[in-house]
Amino acid sequence: MLTKRIIPCLDVKDGRVVKGVSFLNLRDAGDPVEAAVVYDREGADELCFLDITASHENRKTILEVVERTAARVFMPVTVGGGVRMLDDVRNLLNAGADKVSINTAAVERPEFVKEAAQRFGTQCIVVAIDAKRVAGADRWDVFTHGGRRSTGLDVMDWAKRMEGYGAGEILLTSMDQDGRQSGYDLALTAAVSEWVSIPVIASGGVGTLDHLYDGFVKGKADAVLAASIFHFRTYTIPQAKAYLRERGIPVRLDSVGQIV
Amino acid sequence: MIAIIDYGMGNLRSVSKAFEAVGHQVVVTHNAKVIGNASHVVLPGVGAFGDCMANVEQYGLVEPIRATIQSGKPFLGICLGLQLLFTESEEFGPHKGLDIISGKVRRFVTSSPLKVPHIGWNQVHRQRACPLLDGIADEVEWYFVHSYFVDPSDQHVAATTTTYGIPFVSSVWKDNIVACQFHPEKSQAVGLQLIKNFGAWKG
Repeated sequence: MLTKRIIPCLDVKDGRVVKGVSFLNLRDAGDPVEAAVVYDREGADELCFLDITASHENRKTILEVVERTAARVFMPVTVGGGVRMLDDVRNLLNAGADKVSINTAAVERPEFVKEAAQRFGTQCIVVAIDAKRVAGADRWDVFTHGGRRSTGLDVMDWAKRMEGYGAGEILLTSMDQDGRQSGYDLALTAAVSEWVSIPVIASGGVGTLDHLYDGFVKGKADAVLAASIFHFRTYTIPQAKAYLRERGIPVRLDSVGQIV
Repeated sequence: MIAIIDYGMGNLRSVSKAFEAVGHQVVVTHNAKVIGNASHVVLPGVGAFGDCMANVEQYGLVEPIRATIQSGKPFLGICLGLQLLFTESEEFGPHKGLDIISGKVRRFVTSSPLKVPHIGWNQVHRQRACPLLDGIADEVEWYFVHSYFVDPSDQHVAATTTTYGIPFVSSVWKDNIVACQFHPEKSQAVGLQLIKNFGAWKG
């Protein structure tokens, strides 16, 4: 049976982890590669780097982070943030990323997703959708620029269109819930997950392990993404997996323990 | 020396780093002579089947791959490197493959709640005792990311099967050829163990 994925996400700016990571015993807590090594050892199913580097000149720093990560950990890595051209996709894949997540550039020029999927394969193109609930309604609009700019696009229409253009997966973030630690927007997650036939990663709002459980059960997500609860060691990946397994969610066994 | 065949289809860094991590020496190449001199040969690959096959031809790699397989030296195909060994694929096609193993490459049929691509960690069920899985527990999960799967004419080539809606062949073993749909270079400790086993295998 395909197991459900737990994906820790690291925000990276100018090659350094932002928001801080409270891992003990790290030589350099600001180094995303050190954090990646910890998550790998704990049996995270996938790793996500979100590059929030603002200046164009420093964009290459993420490539160096991905290269160093690929030499240390042997697990799937998704990288998003500032992916605007086919060259950006190629450079990230060549550095060692398995999947590349496209957000604003897809809204500005949807054909970019089609071109990237045709060139590099559907399996490595993730479309990130930042969604915000329309006040008083059971519908959501697509936002860009960290939730500040509305595109006027309906999330359901947009998700379906991106699937048609060759997206292999959708990373769905609720901008209403993000940072609030009160759980995913489950209505949003379930609506999109049941509407498209590609996998959906739930994102935005995790504060407890129960939120992860709800993401799978009520949100029908194929994978759950969280940042703070793992960085600040509120919970470890093994704790999250044990909690989910006890409640009947199929999660992966620790890979290291499978060498006999 | 282990040769990893580079035919311009995607990232080979993870594959070469994984071999290095378990102490094997590798060379990433599309040079027929280097491939001919290698002790082991790896054919990785991601992307669309037609593009991959076109690149294999453009780089003049059809004969070196056939020669490797005929020579009896250990050969490992990963993902597209497994699919290319088959007769043909229906991906944007049909497209002809290398036809080293008889059979077709088919797409998963989407049927709710199963999503396509098949992305994530799934179990493999052993059909026989394959040397590549030595030292690895049964029924362990491996990392998959694909929309197409191989359907061999002779199901006896299957080393493992995996279930995603339907059971499909997730790895094959025929003489000196082993090839897997999952990504050992992305499957953490068990993946590195498989890579270590391959480097030690005599074919």
